[in-house]
Amino acid sequence: MGCVEDLNYEILIRDASFKECREYIRGHFPESIDVEPGFKIFDVHVIGVPPIAVGLDGDNVIFPYTKPCHGTYLLRVNDAAEAARLRAQKKTR
Amino acid sequence: MRYNSNGIVPYTQDYCPEKYRYTISQMTGETGMEQDANAQPPVTALLVLGCPQVPVQTSIALYLVSRFAKAGMTPVIAGNKAANTLLLVADPDRHYLGEIMDLDRAVAQITEKKRDFDRCLVFIHNDAGISYAATMGAISKAKLYVLVYGEHQDELVQQITFPCVKIAAKAVHNPMPLKKAIDEVAPWAV
Repeated sequence: MGCVEDLNYEILIRDASFKECREYIRGHFPESIDVEPGFKIFDVHVIGVPPIAVGLDGDNVIFPYTKPCHGTYLLRVNDAAEAARLRAQKKTR
Repeated sequence: MRYNSNGIVPYTQDYCPEKYRYTISQMTGETGMEQDANAQPPVTALLVLGCPQVPVQTSIALYLVSRFAKAGMTPVIAGNKAANTLLLVADPDRHYLGEIMDLDRAVAQITEKKRDFDRCLVFIHNDAGISYAATMGAISKAKLYVLVYGEHQDELVQQITFPCVKIAAKAVHNPMPLKKAIDEVAPWAV
């Protein structure tokens, strides 16, 4: 099980609703992929109401991260390998 | 049991010692050596805690643990550190609590098919609670119940569109309205 604190992340939105994060990703990034709850990104299982939108912007991966007391954060992490893995998932669907 | 300097049982992510798990013999009172090869494993119920900022959660969680255990089922709690610690401090000698696990660890184990439960009850008083409930509905085969409470329970109930049994009450400090709603559904019933 991974820990998000191990990632070099940037917070785009904090204490948001899940719906707000989904709409932000679809409206602000050139690519997005829909995943199911529990899908692993950076060794972190994504929490949310399906479909969960994950944004791709060059080598950046933008994904929601939910904690019980703080709502949902939208995080941006620069990682070429993970972005490539997610694009490959998109192609196989 | 080991206590730290504050008199609190330390909580860790892996805090689920074997001695606190319910066994069939504990629940049935059987102490003999005979083993029933056809005995069914006990029904398991996962209680997914939300943020403990609304007081009724801890009270209702202990109540549910008691009801499930009395019904011969194995209740397991999954919550964040604050929610779990509230329960551990309230039940220092573990008269009620069985296994308690970290919420992220529970999600990981269910997603990775290492573990699953027969019933899952998710506490909801905010948007994050809905996200966790939808996640449990997607990753687990458990029958899903949502316990919706707090000041905004009406709005939250309307946002829950995935399959589940909804139990809702406007309860913040007084647990009785939620307890009454739970008793009407009786999720511990066979």
